[in-house]
Amino acid sequence: MTRARAITLALAGVVALWLIALNFGALGAVAWHAEGLTGLRAADWAAVRFTLVQALLSALFSVALAIPVARALARRRFRGRGVLITLMGAPFILPTLVAVLGLLAVFGRAGLVNDALAVIGLGPVNIYGLHGVVLAHVFYNLPLATRIILQGWAAIPAERVRLAVSLGFSPADRLRHLELPMLREVAPGAFLLVFLICLSSFAVALALGGGPRATTVELAIYQAFRFDFDMGRAAALALVQFALCLGAGVFALRVALPSGLGGGLDRPLPRMEYRPRAAWGDATLIAATAAFLLVPLALIVLRGAPHLVGLPVAVWQATLRSLWVALGATALTTGFALVLAHAILALPRLGAGALEWLGLAALAASPLVIGTGLFLMARPWADPRDLALAVTMLVNAGLALPFALRLILPALRDVAQTQGRLAASLGVHGLARLHQITLPRLRRPLGFAAGLTAALSMGDLGVILLFAEAERATLPMQLYRLMQAYRQDEAAGAALLLLLVSLALFWVFERWGRRDATA
Amino acid sequence: MRADFGLEAGARVAVIGPSGAGKSTLMGAIAGFVPHAGRVTWQGRALAHDPGARPVSILFQDNNLFPHLTAFENVALGLKPSLRLSKEESLRVADALVRVGLAGLDNRRPAELSGGQQSRVALARTLIRARPLLLLDEPFAALGPALKADMLALVAEIATETGATMLMVSHDVADARAICGQTVLVADGVARPPKPTAALLDNPPPELRAYLG
Repeated sequence: MTRARAITLALAGVVALWLIALNFGALGAVAWHAEGLTGLRAADWAAVRFTLVQALLSALFSVALAIPVARALARRRFRGRGVLITLMGAPFILPTLVAVLGLLAVFGRAGLVNDALAVIGLGPVNIYGLHGVVLAHVFYNLPLATRIILQGWAAIPAERVRLAVSLGFSPADRLRHLELPMLREVAPGAFLLVFLICLSSFAVALALGGGPRATTVELAIYQAFRFDFDMGRAAALALVQFALCLGAGVFALRVALPSGLGGGLDRPLPRMEYRPRAAWGDATLIAATAAFLLVPLALIVLRGAPHLVGLPVAVWQATLRSLWVALGATALTTGFALVLAHAILALPRLGAGALEWLGLAALAASPLVIGTGLFLMARPWADPRDLALAVTMLVNAGLALPFALRLILPALRDVAQTQGRLAASLGVHGLARLHQITLPRLRRPLGFAAGLTAALSMGDLGVILLFAEAERATLPMQLYRLMQAYRQDEAAGAALLLLLVSLALFWVFERWGRRDATA
Repeated sequence: MRADFGLEAGARVAVIGPSGAGKSTLMGAIAGFVPHAGRVTWQGRALAHDPGARPVSILFQDNNLFPHLTAFENVALGLKPSLRLSKEESLRVADALVRVGLAGLDNRRPAELSGGQQSRVALARTLIRARPLLLLDEPFAALGPALKADMLALVAEIATETGATMLMVSHDVADARAICGQTVLVADGVARPPKPTAALLDNPPPELRAYLG
């Protein structure tokens, strides 16, 4: 065994242990400290039911709507198509509370829709509750599902399209022989991914749900922990949430989960690609989708801009704290992902598979369960409130790891395959190889992964609420406090600030990845 | 690439020439996949824009079958892409499969068939479509010599039966001699008018000599 290989594997062992502690140890700590699980009440079962129902509905609507939208985008060429597809990647890095505020501006009590309804004498629509939660989840996941399904459309082999054209297929024939087989492969993965994301929904339920009829298990954990100080119940709920995620995760192992993050959607289609004449339907669909996604964001900008300058000092301080958390999480995640990816390629199949699975396990993990566990583990040694930011950073890093690993591993595999033998024959090993050969080729996925992690961490509202006090608030938490206090103007300004910083972080890292990328 | 020539109905024409000279482009232009200036006519009339509406059956180098459909369904596409067949049409499809030597393999998918059998399925489809112009863009390139000879014999049989005019891209001059009375040479950006194959090969012009080596 070479020294480089030994060091790689040792580092990977440390990361793996840490991931095990994060994903499973935290749960154990919760169970241990519970000193006996409290039986679940009727309200808790209602939360389980609500969690499943909202996740099912969110996944169903997202995918069902994404299919016609992706179809329209796949077969039309228009100005701004590329920009629209790029924008569809944006909700993924959009802070949850910003999205919620944007949706409130459109569908809320004093929003555009209710104003319009009042003009024609119709009563106000209420955004709170199940439909509000599902609406927000669809807002988030429709673009993701659309991008995934659009990739499916783009991946229908040109040769097969050519064959279909030469045989004179009608649109119905194409649907049956080309499109439905593709959808059968792609749609279940998209559905499951959205379902998984919505299963551990916290911030959306916190802002738009609540009450006995619209509480997710994650939200119930938070309430049991923070308001009732009922560790037994929090632990029991944490176990329930873990079981839900595990169940969905086992399912997900059977269906290859798509990522929807990659590029390459602008491939110009060959001339023989068909363009049905009925363009109006497609145009309406695309315009409606764009409006659904862009109007809430435009309102955030319009309403926030006048209040950006006059924001209270506390907001700026929170911004600084959030920046540190985001940058720390980014460094950890990219470092972990690099170590894991190297180790996965260095190990024999079984070990590599286990390690890859561990890296992706956080996809089904519950941030609140992890946060609660870390809180309990830290309590004997330190005041958890002092650790609030560090714990948030660690949890964020763990949650972004699956995405980073999915971006970096294939790229590293590619480098190893194309340049591995050459590097070995030239005797380039260890750090030199990492520095001279691997990293330059990984710049793009690394930059993208870093941008993703930074933006996700910047906008995350979850664990921090468990133990932070006002003087240690992150920007999303500060925003939540402003919303709770009905300080609408300051909330609007803070939301815009959060949006700008998140996008800027993503942009800077992604840009770095593209700069003189030679790959 | 330029091409200016006509073919007689029922002719069997080999298309030969160096790699990259434009053999596939010529086939693609006739089938409607490659945009071009000028006109491609059939019996004096310009061909339809839509490749499916042209009087053409084409076999590509690969991907001539849909992987998710059975042999029977892949052939049936040639009659009705909707696959809603009448009893009589089903019998015709089954019959075509028997004709190409695939009796009893109706329900296999392409992955469960050998390379030669896959070619036979595609040929059964051209048989059943019975278009007057049959284009072969090296569909048998991946088959071994004996198998390829079998396929070419089958192609000749089908062309005779349907009375089709046939254009066949080939890298093997023996194939051209065996089943094509005429040969189009594609070289130096020009597809030359067809010449009798034997005369052309026995007394090759300089471009062809360079290609033949």
